[in-house]
Amino acid sequence: MTMFNKKECVAMLLAGGQGSRLYALTQSVAKPAVPFGAKYRIIDFPLSNCINSGIDTVGVLTQYQPLVLNEYIGNGQPWDLDRIHGGVHVLPPYQKASGSDWYSGTANAIYQNISFMDRYDPEYVIILSGDHIYKMDYDKMLTYHKQNNAACTIAVIDVPLEEASRFGIMFARDDGEIYDFVEKPKEPKSTLASMGIYIFTYSKLKEYLIANENDKDATKDFGNNIIPALLANNERVWAYRFDGYWKDVGTIDSLWEANMDLINPKIPIDLYDPDWKIYSRNPVMPPQSIGKNAAVQNSVVTEGCYIDGSVEFSMISNGVTIEEGAIVLDSILMPGCVIKKNAKIEYAIVGENSVIEENAQVGSRPENVENRDEWGIAVVGHNLTVSSGSYVKPKQIISQSI
Amino acid sequence: MAVNMGNVMGIIFANMNESVINEITKNRTMGSVLFGGRYRLIDFPLSNMANSGVDEVAVITKENYQSLLDHLGSAREWDLARKKGGLHILPPFGHVEAGLYRGRLEALYGGISFLKASRAEYVILADCDVVANVDFKPIVNAHVDSGADITIVTHTGLYTNEEASSSTIIQTDESGRVCDVLHKPNMAGECTACLNMFVMKMEFLIQLLEDGNARGYFSFERDVLQRKVNELNIRTYEYDGYFSKIHDMRSFVKANTDLIDPENAKKLYLQDRPIYTKIRDNAPSKYDLNCIVKSSLIADGCIIEGEVENSVIFRGVKIGKGAKVKNSILMQDTVIGDDAVINNIVADKDVTVADNRMLSGSEEFPLYIGKGASV
Repeated sequence: MTMFNKKECVAMLLAGGQGSRLYALTQSVAKPAVPFGAKYRIIDFPLSNCINSGIDTVGVLTQYQPLVLNEYIGNGQPWDLDRIHGGVHVLPPYQKASGSDWYSGTANAIYQNISFMDRYDPEYVIILSGDHIYKMDYDKMLTYHKQNNAACTIAVIDVPLEEASRFGIMFARDDGEIYDFVEKPKEPKSTLASMGIYIFTYSKLKEYLIANENDKDATKDFGNNIIPALLANNERVWAYRFDGYWKDVGTIDSLWEANMDLINPKIPIDLYDPDWKIYSRNPVMPPQSIGKNAAVQNSVVTEGCYIDGSVEFSMISNGVTIEEGAIVLDSILMPGCVIKKNAKIEYAIVGENSVIEENAQVGSRPENVENRDEWGIAVVGHNLTVSSGSYVKPKQIISQSI
Repeated sequence: MAVNMGNVMGIIFANMNESVINEITKNRTMGSVLFGGRYRLIDFPLSNMANSGVDEVAVITKENYQSLLDHLGSAREWDLARKKGGLHILPPFGHVEAGLYRGRLEALYGGISFLKASRAEYVILADCDVVANVDFKPIVNAHVDSGADITIVTHTGLYTNEEASSSTIIQTDESGRVCDVLHKPNMAGECTACLNMFVMKMEFLIQLLEDGNARGYFSFERDVLQRKVNELNIRTYEYDGYFSKIHDMRSFVKANTDLIDPENAKKLYLQDRPIYTKIRDNAPSKYDLNCIVKSSLIADGCIIEGEVENSVIFRGVKIGKGAKVKNSILMQDTVIGDDAVINNIVADKDVTVADNRMLSGSEEFPLYIGKGASV
């Protein structure tokens, strides 16, 4: 153990979830590797938050479809996480002398990597997840954790009451101490939602992980097991209130909304702040080229694009081509996709390297749909072709070429 | 026989030709001149060498090389942060007797101990005034196959007096051997111009340098190519890809704006031989509600609220509401105020143009605004 430099705080990033509610978009890619905001992938946000908060040792726990994610993280250099001591480490499940186990829950995934954390002899461990878009200074949360001499501090955010049943809901005293917790309550009585960010005093974390692992009935999950166990034993559990922008991007709708939030000047997430950059792996492409027939408004566009069509309220990722006469409205085009002449994309997400042939249409405005229940964001998965003249209906999700 | 490009060293002259755009190179080397929205001129020879399999590159500097050092860093972006080879920066005063050099030969002689220590068999010399995507593999192979002492990369075409009189013009005999070299001649018409890229054997180069030093020679063009044209077997390699050669402010502007045409950009930015540059981690660019952008190149990190036409906009530029930018080049982090009107301007880094200002150059004489200026 002495071979490793001690780290005060180590981050463990849970990136193994399948993200099944993103359907075609996560069929071959883990959710944290899903493209976001024209030049990012979702995992860029927690990784950049780590380095911007002074945390330089990050374990990324992967399990589902790790190929793209592993390649993307690489040696961690884009996030300044290629370090002699610490840095980013991808931690897939592995075979042990006692047998091999997939990660069977969030707590179990961390439990299986106790030896990784032990190497850095940390005082604290911060548990993060790879499916949220936000900018947060974890160091401020750590200071708060220390001030309260807490065993565990949970970042919380006020959510509208009608959405509260989607989250783990906390009940806290005025001083911030949490006295009760309900996972996804049907009839929520508080609006303090867990953001899935936990700071633990490491000795406590280890103690509770081992106890949980020995409990045959446990689901090996932080929300279901570890937090209730801490509360039952009267451990000091505190709520850290966060009032910035935070968005879960676990569903098609929320992924679309979070992208659109970057275009909306009223939404408080500033990606242009030189003191809190969001880093990403660079695709090495020339600047975006805007043609003589183009009309681009209210949109975000990045390197390597060629646009000669009309683009409004859309997110255009690197290397996208939009030919003359094509119309892209209220949509997300992921890296490398091609929108051919006179094709129309409305309220849609088009996956990486997919091609929408001439005169094809993906999605439609809600006004054009008679029954609003049948309306929704249309999705074309990655590496697909939508052939000339065909139509992907609103709310339709395709994972095969048509 | 195919040469192992691992045995080839690249040498880039970062300061050579900088007087042709002396406004822009006042505080920087030719190599660190900003180009094409997100690049610096050195990115082209450096990426070309890296993409050709050259894994040891020396960059020769003279003055004002701070911005160059900042840009190159450890050369990781060009995949030249290597244990074997990689990037070496050779500042002037490489040894005790060296001073500020007067020409290529003296510049190289300043780094002769470095060259002698290298195991490379061949060298490619290149300047930073040519924007091109060059594969050096066939050039080095042609050099070896022809048995030439020196191979000059050339382009044959119609040259104006302005272009020819800022180039080295090459004439060859029927056998392809160079028989005459005219340095910056007063002529026009069809000619074969040197693209300031040369290939030779390392051993041969070292011999030239030692001989040149002994005789007080300093110019490669005058003291080697011209003086020894009959003595040496000098041959040409005709480059037929896309390129721009920068010989004055107007050609600098044209080299930039030519890339607005996607057909030109496609020939320069090849997918299998990308042009690398320093990464700035800018956010993507934002096009605002009432912006109108046509026929332009826009880099990342820009916020555009006004109109842009036929312009090249570098990383981090802000264009205010109601502003009109035409036929201009706005370099990194320049800010154009609301309702300002800009035409035929080259604004260097960090220029601020106040609200409502009108600034105009002409196509013949673009108006240059120096780094950090407030207008």
